[in-house]
Amino acid sequence: MDNQTLLKHLRDRFGDAILATDEAHGELRVNLRREAYVAVAQWLRDDPALRYTFLENLCAVDYLGRTPRFEVVVHLVSMQHIHRVCLKLGLPEADPTLDSLTPIFPTANYQEREAFDLMGIRFTGHPSLTRILLPDDWVGHPQRKDHPLVEEEIAFTFNQDRIYAQKPFAKE
Amino acid sequence: MTIQIPTPQEIMAPALAGASETMVLNMGPHHPSTHGVLRVVVELDGELVVNLAPDVGFLHTGIEKTMESKTYQKAVVLTDRMDYLAPLSNNLCYALAVEQLMGVEIPERAQVIRVLLVELQRISSHLVWLGTHALDLAAMSVFLYAMREREQILDIFELVSGARMMTSYIRIGGVAYELPADFLPTVDALLQVMPDCIDEYEALLTGNPLWLERTVDVGVVNAEDAVALGLSGANLRATGVPYDVRKALPYCGYETYDFRIPVGKKGDNYDRYRVRMAEMRESVRIARQAWERLCAMPPGDFMTHDRKVAPPPKQEITHSMEALIHHFKLWTEGFKPPVGDSYVSIESPRGVLGCYVVSDGSPKPWRVHFRGPSFINLQALTHMAKGRLMADLVALVASLDPVLGEVDR
Amino acid sequence: MGIEEKAADLGVVTTSLEHVVNWGRTNAMWPLLFGLACCAIEMMGAQSANYDLSRFGMEINRASPRQADLMIVAGRVSRKMAPVVRRLYDQMSDPKWVIAMGDCAACGGIFNNYAIVQGVDEVVPVDVYVAGCPPRPEALIDGIMMLHAKVQREKISGVKEAPITLQHALLQVDVAKK
Repeated sequence: MDNQTLLKHLRDRFGDAILATDEAHGELRVNLRREAYVAVAQWLRDDPALRYTFLENLCAVDYLGRTPRFEVVVHLVSMQHIHRVCLKLGLPEADPTLDSLTPIFPTANYQEREAFDLMGIRFTGHPSLTRILLPDDWVGHPQRKDHPLVEEEIAFTFNQDRIYAQKPFAKE
Repeated sequence: MTIQIPTPQEIMAPALAGASETMVLNMGPHHPSTHGVLRVVVELDGELVVNLAPDVGFLHTGIEKTMESKTYQKAVVLTDRMDYLAPLSNNLCYALAVEQLMGVEIPERAQVIRVLLVELQRISSHLVWLGTHALDLAAMSVFLYAMREREQILDIFELVSGARMMTSYIRIGGVAYELPADFLPTVDALLQVMPDCIDEYEALLTGNPLWLERTVDVGVVNAEDAVALGLSGANLRATGVPYDVRKALPYCGYETYDFRIPVGKKGDNYDRYRVRMAEMRESVRIARQAWERLCAMPPGDFMTHDRKVAPPPKQEITHSMEALIHHFKLWTEGFKPPVGDSYVSIESPRGVLGCYVVSDGSPKPWRVHFRGPSFINLQALTHMAKGRLMADLVALVASLDPVLGEVDR
Repeated sequence: MGIEEKAADLGVVTTSLEHVVNWGRTNAMWPLLFGLACCAIEMMGAQSANYDLSRFGMEINRASPRQADLMIVAGRVSRKMAPVVRRLYDQMSDPKWVIAMGDCAACGGIFNNYAIVQGVDEVVPVDVYVAGCPPRPEALIDGIMMLHAKVQREKISGVKEAPITLQHALLQVDVAKK
């Protein structure tokens, strides 16, 4: 399997779902319409000539200041043909929702929950989209670019008195 | 086929409402056999596990977010602390992703050093797994033996980098320093004793009836489910799927080394144990080949000569103005990779470790994401433990070999 | 040149109650079996054969906080984990001591961000800070020895020494009042 054959297969089948394609570092990347996302993934998984059965990576990127603002990046691997393909889905800031891959790829469960927790992407059809890494009562999605890193001032000898006066030291 | 992975809330809700006949038990986050701060919410019917939900995040460190505020070189330090049993594999994965983004050529010798150290790291990581796995199943002496050899490997890391665990030795563009003079003899001494040591562990465990009782047919996963659950590494290969990134999508010149991929049949705890033991033997073989190559190479080539990526050597700075400028620019501003993204996956001791780096053309990464194999492997716990005894759960967690630092990042 | 020498000849040892209690506490100090992150691996290393922490009567790690005297906070404490650490500390029976092992536990280390508590002393009172990322097993053993020396100096009245000796005294803020 090489990139061009796969791209031809994809174009034949889902020509109107493909927004853009490019190839970088020997990897085919396909920008998809989000309506066709699950159908494409399922076809990639089930087609006997392709068999992209292994969902290796699913993550979200926040391109603040660009439209669409969010991008979900999915890497699928075909263990039969030893080939990796990357699917990308742009999501607008106002409505960062995407259909969930979990019903097809159970492994997407945690990765989608992580993307929800840290980036605030909503996956419709996910069986239990709750926070996974942060506490349940956390407010905000820290990996977004408009969320600060929340750095605390570092204590050196010159500012130690001031910082330690405010630091909530624990008691017995 | 659908595989359900419940959340802790889903399991606790009926019990809290008093609407269920089963008992809900909370294992962790402080529990001796959860290998860190994993919390497992178990629904029990007597001794049988009816349902179970891992609860992670107790070690969430914000590494990915913190990396966005550091320059590319300085972010290497943070990768160490992710999978703290295999810091060099994390370094390697991140370095490869950035190098791919920038199109840097790495000298042959640096590649060989990387392979040698990463394979030693695989052995040391598997040794900790073996020791703690055996300890969880009440075999104390294996732990002491395994830590003995691990100390020997840590001494090698200390020799090359000055640090025992968090070496940050693999940098973008190569490795941090030249190898010390007594590196090769020390590695040779280790590689000579290692096969016998592995025999020793196997003699203690492989045919041991108590060990067999606790591992054979416990936590069986078939190949189809394993792929669907995204299992990787030894957990996947134990089910009979011969997928190893080192063979499938080789990096660092792994295609030129002679090694085999051990696979299991049933995908139970015992197969995972056998696969990891065999992997350690293969790692010794790869390390030996890399050692032979290093012996034949003249010293010196450990870092790329691209002065935009690698700092110039000290001698050069003293008499070359350009070198001084490069050095200054590199450590104050950092280098600027072209706009774009790259994804690299490697075979870490725990499975497929992926790194996705996005660059916006500035000296700091726009986004770094790690595909932590432990995080994804942990999803299989529910599937494996359902219908088993509570005592098997302890063996299962150990057998999956999660490192919570990588799970939570 | 007093009665104690005569008494020693008779097989009697005289000492102060304070001394003997502290001696007992230092020589059978059981740490809580509790690892958080990377430092826990070095803690395991300190307990295994090469460094052999059991030379100091420290090898029995108790998994139950009710049986432990010493909490070694080995690793970074996240905001999700902090209440758990405090609960474990509260469950330990008195007298109890805390070692903050590693930079993350001491001050947040390299992780100055939204997820990590900047020093476990915001959660539990710390007796000894061990620097390093992670500290070598020798450093941990040194920290434990330091704690032993500190316990030896403890008064029977139960008043503890200040956690750390700095030029300026630490000001403690009541968390409950904030």
